[in-house]
Amino acid sequence: MEILAVFSPLFAFMVAGIFGKSIGDRGCQFVTCAGVILAALTSILLFFDVGFGGHAYAKEIAPWIISGDFNVSWALRIDQLAVVMMCVINIVSACVHVYSVGYMSHDEAKGRFMAYLSLFTFAMLMLVTADNLLQLFFGWEGVGLASYLLIGFWNHKFSANAAAQKAFVVNRVGDFGLALGIMAIFVVFGSISFDTIFEQVADKTEVTFTFFGHHVHALTVICLLLFMGAVGKSAQLGLHTWLPDAMEGPTPVSALIHAATMVTAGVFLVARMSPLFEFAPTALMVVTLFGATTAFVAATIGLTQFDIKRVIAYSTMSQLGYMFFALGVSAYGAAMFHLVTHAFFKALLFLGAGSVIHAMSDEQDMRKMGGIWRKIPFTYGLMWIGSLALAGIPPLAGFYSKDIVLEAAWADHSWFGNYAYWMGIAAAFMTAFYSWRLLIMTFHGKPRADHHTMEHVHESPPIMLAPLLVLAAGALLAGAVFYQPFVGSPKAGGSAHGEAVTETAHAEKPVAHAEKPQDKAHNQTPATKIKALSADISAEMTEALETVKEMDAEIAQGTDRHIFWGKSLKILPENDTVEAAHHVPKWVKFLPLVVGTLGIALAYLAYLLSPGVPGRIARMFKPLHILFFNKWFFDELYGQLIVRNARTLGKAFWSIGDQGIIDRFGPNGSATTAGKIAKALSRFQSGLVYQYAFVMMIVAIAMVSWFFFKSGLRDLG
Amino acid sequence: MISDFNLVPLLPEIFMALTGMGLLIVGVSQGNRATPVICAAAGAALSIAALVLLSLGWDAQTVMNGMFRFDEFAGFMKLLVLIGLIASLALSSRYLTQEDMARFEYPILIIFAGIGMMMMISANNFLTLYMGLELQSLSLYVLAAFQRYSVRSAEAGIKYFILGALSSGMLLFGISLIYGFSGTLDFTVLGKTIIGLEQIPIGLTIGLVFLLAGIAFKISAAPFHMWTPDVYHGAPTSVTALFAIVPKVAAFALLMRLLFQPFADMQEDWFQIIYFLSVFSMVIGAFAAIAQENLKRLMAYSSIGNMGYALIGIAAGTAQGAGAVVLYLMIYIVMTAGVFAVILHMRRQGLAVAKIDNLAGLSKTEPALAYGMLILMFSMSGIPPAAGFFGKLAIFNAAMNEGLYVLAVLGVVTSVVAAFYYLRIVKVMFFDEPADSFDKNEGSFARRVVLIVSVLFVIGFIIKPSILYECAMHAASALFTVAG
Repeated sequence: MEILAVFSPLFAFMVAGIFGKSIGDRGCQFVTCAGVILAALTSILLFFDVGFGGHAYAKEIAPWIISGDFNVSWALRIDQLAVVMMCVINIVSACVHVYSVGYMSHDEAKGRFMAYLSLFTFAMLMLVTADNLLQLFFGWEGVGLASYLLIGFWNHKFSANAAAQKAFVVNRVGDFGLALGIMAIFVVFGSISFDTIFEQVADKTEVTFTFFGHHVHALTVICLLLFMGAVGKSAQLGLHTWLPDAMEGPTPVSALIHAATMVTAGVFLVARMSPLFEFAPTALMVVTLFGATTAFVAATIGLTQFDIKRVIAYSTMSQLGYMFFALGVSAYGAAMFHLVTHAFFKALLFLGAGSVIHAMSDEQDMRKMGGIWRKIPFTYGLMWIGSLALAGIPPLAGFYSKDIVLEAAWADHSWFGNYAYWMGIAAAFMTAFYSWRLLIMTFHGKPRADHHTMEHVHESPPIMLAPLLVLAAGALLAGAVFYQPFVGSPKAGGSAHGEAVTETAHAEKPVAHAEKPQDKAHNQTPATKIKALSADISAEMTEALETVKEMDAEIAQGTDRHIFWGKSLKILPENDTVEAAHHVPKWVKFLPLVVGTLGIALAYLAYLLSPGVPGRIARMFKPLHILFFNKWFFDELYGQLIVRNARTLGKAFWSIGDQGIIDRFGPNGSATTAGKIAKALSRFQSGLVYQYAFVMMIVAIAMVSWFFFKSGLRDLG
Repeated sequence: MISDFNLVPLLPEIFMALTGMGLLIVGVSQGNRATPVICAAAGAALSIAALVLLSLGWDAQTVMNGMFRFDEFAGFMKLLVLIGLIASLALSSRYLTQEDMARFEYPILIIFAGIGMMMMISANNFLTLYMGLELQSLSLYVLAAFQRYSVRSAEAGIKYFILGALSSGMLLFGISLIYGFSGTLDFTVLGKTIIGLEQIPIGLTIGLVFLLAGIAFKISAAPFHMWTPDVYHGAPTSVTALFAIVPKVAAFALLMRLLFQPFADMQEDWFQIIYFLSVFSMVIGAFAAIAQENLKRLMAYSSIGNMGYALIGIAAGTAQGAGAVVLYLMIYIVMTAGVFAVILHMRRQGLAVAKIDNLAGLSKTEPALAYGMLILMFSMSGIPPAAGFFGKLAIFNAAMNEGLYVLAVLGVVTSVVAAFYYLRIVKVMFFDEPADSFDKNEGSFARRVVLIVSVLFVIGFIIKPSILYECAMHAASALFTVAG
């Protein structure tokens, strides 16, 4: 089953990639969608088996490298962490695959696009099911490659190519750290297989590296190096500059890769390596600081951007910051929880934005939108759901996950935990504000697009809306449903215990029922077209409903988070912030909600009721606005400091080193020399018999002389 | 006189000699009208000889008063020779009529050359050796000049004859020196004599030098290679194919028998000569070919280079090395037969052409032929998974095991250089603007079969390389187990 869940996207990729021309666009779309949907269904089954049944296992497929002490095999590690990721990846990917069929309908290279998507899905699955660090690295690079291919998918656009290269190069910096981290692990543990590493970790806490005469704590170094990889892949501050540019790719790609899955690989990596991070408190502190700062900075930038996709991209970056500071305070379960909910509502937002862009004839600038909500009510509604979830309004998914993350940060009772909490609160406020800024600018007010575009505004076809429904269901429900298993209620007795249980139980019952009518409503509103949707999707919808029902049953039994996560996450008892998070004061719990509501209200005030306000505020805080609008000048800084110098250096190496030395004396030089030798040799070939005979005799005589000479030496010696 | 009168091991040779003479009578009485029949009969005779050979017991035995030796090695090499002869006869059949040289002597000469080669392979005495060698050479001289109205062909025949005579002279001089210093012409006795010697007399070494120089001419090892490009170029293409495919096998078999059996104890001496010949052949084969425009000349240099690689296996001096040589030759003759099948196909307006440029755009005009040639060229340049790669692999492997790193590295480097001209042919065929298409040959069935078999062999070798590898190793080990 796990084979089916992991390898069917690969199979689909190969079929679509190799036989793409012969099976045609339809064939490619069918085979890739079918492959990923199959993977999604099997991974849901795995989720129940492993997540609630507790049957974590590793399955070895084939030996890979056996060289001395270095021993690696291809193996699938199906544990709780992996199945959660697999579900997220496969479900979102299935939605995106189906959505792309509609979104890319005018593109010329549909088959190629679908093939790349499937390749990405497979690489991501390899990453999360890896049983050792090398296989993880394989998946890690695989998703990087797929991301590169997809960002630059419209390869006739210069900006797309540049963005693809930027993403690749910036990620390389992070990958360098990851590779070093893996090597360091091999040095310390003598293995890169997870089980072996985790078993030994408690014995290795005293190990140090000697580095330029300093003794440094080995685990801290390893964790920081691994985190460097995560920083690159998950676009944390410093290596984040590629993510906004990556929006050059087609919107489904942004939704799948740059919102829901690939960018969360860093979060997954840290969670996977939690047994190591637990013993490296300094590294955890760094993770927290990075995460909190990223959450804040990205939100400030998001306030000022006008490109609809870029706003969401910065929002993604900000939310990733939340996940990281949750990791940093050892609330791994909370981080994974936020990862899951975020995947749903952010993919929903992106695909919704894609639907808007589709409707607006490929316009992405929000200043040229507005007043279209009546024309595309369906998309509008879905964007509302996504935004509400993002802003953390109950009972949507974001509320549960964001709250537990912030509570955990506060409950860490350390200075960086507090820092993270307040940064998070500030970011939450801004998140709500820019989300509604986006909604209002896009959908309300007077139309700012030209007449022609406005006439064209139309609701997207059902094949694009149906996946949005699945994601909307996730955005609505994932928080309530998974709260219990992922972050659970306090284990000790006491008043907080009962309260939380009842609270969640109450919270999610009505939601579960509320979904059905809404679902029906959707089925009727956009005419009867929805009915014509492929059987796969409806099957998935019923699957999702069943999921909810079974969840109810499971939660009624009181599945605890420790039972759920099993051995896949390791938290030292003294670091158990998720536990502590359930006992924080009331104001800590309610503050995020309050600032969220406040942000929404302010956005209404500023953009709908008195539209002059934003301009005035921007003028009032001009320096600050410039800073935010120009993304804190990261790109310019890097351009001046690194890119320019690297370019100069590269040019020097190219013209002096490569052309001047290597080419001149290497390939070109040896080729000319070979040509000259050939000419010289063919001059010998005169065609005259007596010369040939002469050569033969001379050689024979030379050989005879040689032996005489040698025997003379022998006689003398 | 002859004490052990056992003619059984000679049956294939006797059969071929009788058939050859019989066909000669037919030819003389019927004239050139009978050529097609004689060609077919010669092919049949060669096939029957191969079957007879296969039906013999391949246990090692020496008959005719120690003149003639038959063992597994001889049997295997003779089989290769016969297969090579059949292939080159198949390649020739249509070409003879096309070039207006369909005379009945042609197949008969091939048969006699074959007998000579088989005698060389089985020689256990310098007299047998010389007799076989001369029978072979004389037949080949005539064949080279077979297109007697063509100046080129006549020139090739004369050149080959003069230089061949010179090399025979060297060979004979070497043999006489060896006889003078050892007192015997019999290989077995000679081997025992050399083992018995406390110190090798310099005369024996000099004799060996001249002997090897004579044989080096036959295998066209540099720097005794100078005749090769001219003769290959001038001789009728079907004869060039024969030259490239068969005589090398026989000469190599002779060389291996000499060096591994009677002169096994003088390895220190002959090693240096072989080393020198090998280095020269590889370098000249690789570099000189770059400047060639004519495919036949190119194949001449290619064969020089390939002999250089094969000599590495002899230089290794082990059973493994010998096995590698046998394997290498086997793959070489198959590939060469295929390439010549393509070259013989190249005709425009009734004339044979052999310029590399004539192949331009072959992939568009005759894609099947172009892909066949592509595979053969990849194999020639030693690109896996084609058979040529495994031949080189076996050779280099043997060299590495004996610590001949210089030879192995040089072999690899020259293979890279050689890859240039093989791949250039591919480039010309696939990427250049198409030239006029070749004449449509109707009914060149035999040639097509040769090409197909060759290509299939080259591709299919990888499926079970061990079969032929084991055969080659087994055959070569016969040289060592009964030595002395």
